This record gives sequence, C-alpha cells and structure tokens, in this order.
Amino acid sequence: MERDGERIEITISSRFENIELVQVIAEHLCENAGMDEDGSHWIGMAVREAVANAIKHGNKLDIKKKVSAVFELNGHDLAITISDEGTGFDPTAVSDPLNPQNLMKTSGRGIFYMRTFMDQIRYSFQDGGGTSLIMTKNLAKGTGMATGKA
Amino acid sequence: MKATTRDVNGIEIIKLDGKITIGAGDQQLRDVIANAVANGKNKILLDLSGVTTIDSSGIGELVGSYTTATNRGGKLKLLHLPAKLNELLHVTQLITVFEVYENEDEAVKSF
Repeated sequence: MERDGERIEITISSRFENIELVQVIAEHLCENAGMDEDGSHWIGMAVREAVANAIKHGNKLDIKKKVSAVFELNGHDLAITISDEGTGFDPTAVSDPLNPQNLMKTSGRGIFYMRTFMDQIRYSFQDGGGTSLIMTKNLAKGTGMATGKA
Repeated sequence: MKATTRDVNGIEIIKLDGKITIGAGDQQLRDVIANAVANGKNKILLDLSGVTTIDSSGIGELVGSYTTATNRGGKLKLLHLPAKLNELLHVTQLITVFEVYENEDEAVKSF
C-alpha cells in the first residue's frame, strides 16, 4: 500500500521510558504502509537506537531537553528525522564494532544497527547546537537487512 | 526484566524474561551476573527464551556478562535464543563469541 504525504511528529523529554513511544509509532507506520512484521520491527529498532543516542549522548539525560522525531512517508520512501539539543559529535570517529579489537566492547553498536536496518543514515549539525539524524528506507525493498555495513 | 535462577548440577541457570534495553533491564542483568559470580557461581547458562525486546545496550550487557564470567575463570553460555536476538548477534559477529544451545540438558553437560 502506497501512502502519500503521511507526516507524523512527536516530541519527548529525555527519558529512556519514552523511547518505546517513538519506536511503536515507527512500527505502526511501517505496518500500515504494508511492510512485513520483521521489516517493521527492524526499522523500529533503528529508531529505538537513534532516540536512545539522542537522549544519552545528545541531551546527556537532561530531562529538560527534548528529542523530536519526524516520520515522513511518500510512496514507499520513509524518512525519519531524530533531533536532539546536543552539541554533536564526529561520526567518522565512531569505531567499527566488527573490528576484532572492538568485538568484546560493551558499547558502540547502536549506529551500526541503524546502518544495518536502514538504507541510509546521515547527520546534520546545527550552528549553535542541535543534532539531527536523518534515516531513510524504501519500504518496497522488504526487510532488506544490509549486513556488514560498518 | 525478571530474572529467575536455579542450580542444576552446579550450573547457574538464569532465566530472563522481559526487556533488556537501555534503562530497563541492562543494569539489572549486570547486577544479576555480578551477584552470581560474587557467590562463586561462575558457570552460567542464560535462558533467553522469555526476552521480548533487546537493544544495543542489552547486547552490550550480554558481552559484559560473558567477560565477567570468563575473567573469574568461569563460562557463560546462552540457551533458547529468540530469532531476533539471534539475528542481532549474527550481524555484529558476536554469534562467534557465544556458545548457544537449544537443549538445556545438552547445555548443562557442555560445561
């Protein structure tokens, strides 16, 4: 089922218990657009990781700071933008969790999972603070888990 | 997350139910493993059949749990891996680290 011009926006405070709210919206939007359950689950997981990073690393758990999520569906093309009020980071400095020396690290897999489950992710850093993560996925491709993308 | 423990032939079988996600279960898992190891129970079988949701923090805690047990001269193995957790371990190549079993008796005998 193609859906044109669907746009959903939600803003949450930086509490981990709010992550699931955003994840559920992502999964329902994908399922309503005809995505299978597995595919919807993996997109929901990418959203979960993005929101968790925004709360933890972006907003540093400051509950006064907000995280916004915007879902835009045009045809089969889904774009998800997760924004925080943080100072940003260098995405190229994120280590590869598949590197043998990183395999046993207890953290550092969130962005890897996002890259794996989505077609593309990119960051945008605003002058004066604020980071946006834009993730895209063509829902017509099915689950399309892209393994091995670091 | 709920953790239920029982001893079978000196193996600590810990059944986890619910979510192992950031802020909801990740710290709990760390505490459960630390507690078992502190009590000298370093042969641990984690039954994951009841895990409904896991994220990268939960995966990180599984890795940390493995390291904690191994550093104490013990072993940590996994039992009844849900399909999606199995996929998450595969894409990160962590499936090569963990010993995974589908049968409890077989798992217990392997220690």
